[in-house]
Amino acid sequence: MSGFDLTGLTASFGGERVIGPLSLSVREGDRVALVGRSGAGKSTLINLIHQQVQGHSSLVPQNLGLVNALQVFHNVYMGRLDANATWYNTLTLVRPFARDSREVKALLEELAMPEKVWIPAASLSGGQRQRVAIARALYRKADLLLADEPVSALDGPTAHLVMKLLKQRFRTSVIALHDVELALAYCTRIVGIQDGQVALDEPSDKLTPADIMPLY
Amino acid sequence: MLSSPTVRTSLIFTAIALVGLVFADIAITAANPWKDLGRFFLGVVTPDFFSTQGLATALLRTVAFAFVGVALGSVCGFLLALVYRAYPVRIFCAFVRAIHELFWALIFLQFFGFHPLTGVLAIAIPYSGIFAKVYSEILEEADPEPGRLLPPGTGVISAFLYARIPDCWVQMRTYTAYRLECGLRSSAILGFVGLPTLGFYLESAFSQGHYSDAGAMLILFYVLIATLPLWVKPKLLPVYILGAPFFLGDGMPIVWGNVARFFTEDIVPSPLKNEEGWAGMGAWFGDLFINQALPGIWNTVILTQIALVATGIIALLAFPLISTHFGRPVRRTGGHVFLVIMRSTPEYILAYILLQLWGPSMLPAVVALALHNGGIIGHLIGRQSSSIILRPDAPTGVNRYTYELVPRVYRSFLAFLFYRWEIIMRETAILGILGIYTLGFYVDSAIQNIQFDKAMVLILITASLNIGVDILGRFIRKKLALQTMPTC
Repeated sequence: MSGFDLTGLTASFGGERVIGPLSLSVREGDRVALVGRSGAGKSTLINLIHQQVQGHSSLVPQNLGLVNALQVFHNVYMGRLDANATWYNTLTLVRPFARDSREVKALLEELAMPEKVWIPAASLSGGQRQRVAIARALYRKADLLLADEPVSALDGPTAHLVMKLLKQRFRTSVIALHDVELALAYCTRIVGIQDGQVALDEPSDKLTPADIMPLY
Repeated sequence: MLSSPTVRTSLIFTAIALVGLVFADIAITAANPWKDLGRFFLGVVTPDFFSTQGLATALLRTVAFAFVGVALGSVCGFLLALVYRAYPVRIFCAFVRAIHELFWALIFLQFFGFHPLTGVLAIAIPYSGIFAKVYSEILEEADPEPGRLLPPGTGVISAFLYARIPDCWVQMRTYTAYRLECGLRSSAILGFVGLPTLGFYLESAFSQGHYSDAGAMLILFYVLIATLPLWVKPKLLPVYILGAPFFLGDGMPIVWGNVARFFTEDIVPSPLKNEEGWAGMGAWFGDLFINQALPGIWNTVILTQIALVATGIIALLAFPLISTHFGRPVRRTGGHVFLVIMRSTPEYILAYILLQLWGPSMLPAVVALALHNGGIIGHLIGRQSSSIILRPDAPTGVNRYTYELVPRVYRSFLAFLFYRWEIIMRETAILGILGIYTLGFYVDSAIQNIQFDKAMVLILITASLNIGVDILGRFIRKKLALQTMPTC
């Protein structure tokens, strides 16, 4: 069960409506790309879905939400803090168990940054920080991925590497993407957002970049 | 310029201080003040480190009381910070920190006697209240996003340890280290009420005219504070904290009967004890209020307002001493040394010294408060002014000071000043113990006369006055949109 239904959804910011009323239904196996101009309401929608599924999702927010003072390992490990007892988590903060550090290291290897595992998040570059947030989402292993521009700070090949990995690991996902090519290549369904409304909702194999451009 | 609210506020406060000067008792009453001052400075430049055997012990005790008191205070303060949202906790913390360490010491002395617990609690209790407030502010400012991202079902403790503490850790550590420095000053002045710390030996050296001994103690105290970063290392901290309790000295054993008597008899207002009813109670309180509390409040407020403005003037005059926009490195180093000495000397010790030299009046208190607090604010503003980048053709000298720098730093200067308003008032009240007629004088006299019920009421009045000024200071800061960091 990783799909969800949203109906009559609205969100206001400072008295001004930024979203809705909007309905969106996502079934298990859907890989949805949210596209649209910046300010169209994509981030708000992602946050609303996160609330709707009561946190039962792997979330990569736009501002990443890393704890700068903690090492990369702990930032990734935080994705599954609920899986272990408090004493285990506390001990891990002081000295991680070999089993966990192996698993985290393997994940970072797939994201092409295994050498950064014991470095504080504060001293990473923008692209590396983004990959740590992605590693945390992967480590979390929820059924649903919610990601807000997860590859915006990555170069071309790395962006493809990450998108491929996300496609492999999550059957269901909602990803806000401004890169139309990536959206068409890695998602099964394109949802265009304009002025807080759904302006386009089509399977991606029926669309070309030219169909999406009017949204921008 | 008069239309600017910050300038208007400054002028109003200056006017109040000038009116206060008319009523204040400002005089040099000593027969030969400059000769004594000269002898004192001669003592400082010819320090005698070996005359008193007690000197090393006094320093050790000073450090031990500071460590135990601050450690206990920070642990309690941290626990209180976790529940700081609750209104009763806020009130409780505001209350315990509104009472000066020396007042706490005077209270505990009455029933614990000269037991180490007296000194430890006198530091730990007010510091808990301060730590609770500042820690909770630091925790509140932490980025909430990581906590929001945690999987549902994460334990409260795990969430706190991973998503809250790490980002606050550095700030909390910096603040605690700063408080340790304050703790050393508090610990030193506890000697003035008889605990075995530096103040005790300083007082006896002064009263016997051994200025070289006093000079040696002061110099060692500056060295102790200036070298704090060198000997307080995170790895050594557990050693210090675990070791410190063993160096507090034995003192006298606690007589538990005294403790019980203090709470059940001594502090019960005497009309209640003598069953004089509410009429007796009213007369007792009225007498206490009119003859002791009111003059005490009047003098405390006058002295505070004068000292506040004097502090501001000193700070504005002192900050160019360390600002990179003036002078060469050599002169700036001199400025740094001067400001370090000014701010490391506890105002109580400064006031004590000046009082010995100039005789009793409000003058020594004003000068002591202004030098100490002006040194602190001057240091902070000087550092801030150094980060200002001026245009290459900016004016130099006095014009640079008046046109380029003062207007830029004035708002934070006022913020620091109003932040320290409450601290200045707390100190003003306590300086009464030295014989200036502020609230502390009446508290101390009541204790001397074994009227603990009156002393307690006067301490409560002092605490309320401090809380009131704290609220007023915060109101003015908010009204003028001034911001400060807690590390001041």
